Amino acid sequence: MPAQTSEQQHGAQRFDYFEHDADIGIIGRGATVEQAFESAAEAAFAVTADLRSLRETQEVSVSFVEDDLELALPQWLNALIGAARERAVALRRFALSRDGSRWSGRAWGEPWRADMERGTEVKGATLTMLSVKQRDGGWEARCVIDV
Amino acid sequence: MDLERLEPTGPWTWRVKREAGAARAEAVLYGDAELLRTMDDKVLEQITNVARLPGLVGPALAMPDAHWGYGFPIGGVAAFDPERGGIISAGGVGFDISCGIRCLRTNLASEQVAHLAPKLADSLYRDIPAGVGVEGDLRLSAGELDAVLLGGARWAVQRRFGEESELEYVEEHGRVSGARPENVSALAKKRQRGEMGTLGSGNHYLEVQVVERIHDAAAAKAYGLRTGQIIVSIHCGSRGLGHQIGTEFLITLAKAAGRLGIALPDRELACAPVRSPEGEQYIGAMNAAINCALANRQILTHLTRRTFAHFFPDARLETLFDVSHNTCKPERHEANGRSHLLWVHRKGATRALAPGHPELPERYRDAGQPVVIGGSMGTGSYVLAGMDSSEARAWSSASHGAGRAMSRHQALKQWQGRQLVDALRERGILIRTRSMRGVAEEAPGAYKDVDRVAEATEGAGLASRVAFLRPLVCVKG
Repeated sequence: MPAQTSEQQHGAQRFDYFEHDADIGIIGRGATVEQAFESAAEAAFAVTADLRSLRETQEVSVSFVEDDLELALPQWLNALIGAARERAVALRRFALSRDGSRWSGRAWGEPWRADMERGTEVKGATLTMLSVKQRDGGWEARCVIDV
Repeated sequence: MDLERLEPTGPWTWRVKREAGAARAEAVLYGDAELLRTMDDKVLEQITNVARLPGLVGPALAMPDAHWGYGFPIGGVAAFDPERGGIISAGGVGFDISCGIRCLRTNLASEQVAHLAPKLADSLYRDIPAGVGVEGDLRLSAGELDAVLLGGARWAVQRRFGEESELEYVEEHGRVSGARPENVSALAKKRQRGEMGTLGSGNHYLEVQVVERIHDAAAAKAYGLRTGQIIVSIHCGSRGLGHQIGTEFLITLAKAAGRLGIALPDRELACAPVRSPEGEQYIGAMNAAINCALANRQILTHLTRRTFAHFFPDARLETLFDVSHNTCKPERHEANGRSHLLWVHRKGATRALAPGHPELPERYRDAGQPVVIGGSMGTGSYVLAGMDSSEARAWSSASHGAGRAMSRHQALKQWQGRQLVDALRERGILIRTRSMRGVAEEAPGAYKDVDRVAEATEGAGLASRVAFLRPLVCVKG
């Protein structure tokens, strides 16, 4: 869906998209839940900008508390979207760790430049089609994002 | 959509059949057979889910432009009675709280504008902050932002972004009561500091249009519309502040629903009783976001006037109407023979007050409320008027747009932004955008037939057609 192709991991696409009439369905995959969430963040932010064209000149940190595994996905994505908009940066790489119900994440990217090709703003991650499941020996996280 | 699951009760009205073993769910869809046949089955599933929420009064309703949304379908309308445990749902309002359209009528004719259209397009593109990551010139302190959240368009007028007299033509006279800035998180406020007076992206736009035809001469006269006249429509909402409120309260209300034992057929329908701490907290924040959106469209109106004044010093751009289509409002309606105060969710649906309604400005009292169905950048838009029947049919609601006919993914596979821009230029429609991807996603072919949606809206007794507007210039967000 975005300009760039989803990168491969363990023979499967790391992130992907599914059909939704008004908005966009995103899929993130990984060996762990955290990795699947990182991939889902790539899927979401690839809608706003060409991730490959971005530099990593700024870092943002987010944290939240959530013991519901499914709700943790929109919490993570919305924390990133909020932080990116607050700092006026486009993000391209993501790292997430968890200690029980405490989640801590970092992301890297750069401030918006006038010459950047822009995609579509992501307003937030919804609970529609939300699922976080083990699949094919790894984890898959999906939901619809509002654009 | 499988029409076998629906029972026609009139030429434009379809009732959802009760399925064996399923809980009762009163839901009605408006439109003709073709519009409904091409709707995704998810619209049916979503409106049926809405019909199972606590405290619903009457059926859950889908407008003729309905399409698959999140929680509610886009084009969904539902009214809840707080006296019967009625709920408020963040998913029934959407993240872009109070997204809507400000429509401006001008004293310019198309022949005055045509030869300057490319320069006007360039200037609007330069002057109207649009697109992802683009901020405005206005920077507000924390105290000023709280004043916006309380004051709405009225605040903007006090800051000289408009005229006091035009507030009469803005819903709620430019400001809703019940806003609670203290219910809005610090992050939501921070996100908004650079976003006042910005258009956003996706399906948001500023369009210069020409009145191509008049359907109802009397209503057009009341609205000050005539053939060949230049109109400007601005489609946007509450920006980052609204998005942040929406995302935060989605989780809050999902947890409240669990705690209160509200069975949600879809977690996105996260809700709480209107009369609950979480419900009241969301309502205060939502009203703050509505005021933010009203102020935002007022500032954009000011920026648009400034650009027009450069080319046309004698131009007058008067507010025809400003109406939101992502809201929940307490309104008095007749139901079961008596008057109730109901909380009416309109997610991708416009309020359409009937002629004679006391909330209408005197000028529109005989014609009914102006309703705008925003079409795609390649087809056009309609101005309609609320009808006498719109109260009984849909709590005084109507369609808000053409409605998507295919996903963004499918649109990206089918069209390329640059080719679309070139093709539209050949047809006399100038597009200015920072996102060719956005243009492809919003391709005219990705939308339903706006003529059909407007006809169905009128046929269903929701709002009647007044004028058709053809696009000349579109600044895409």
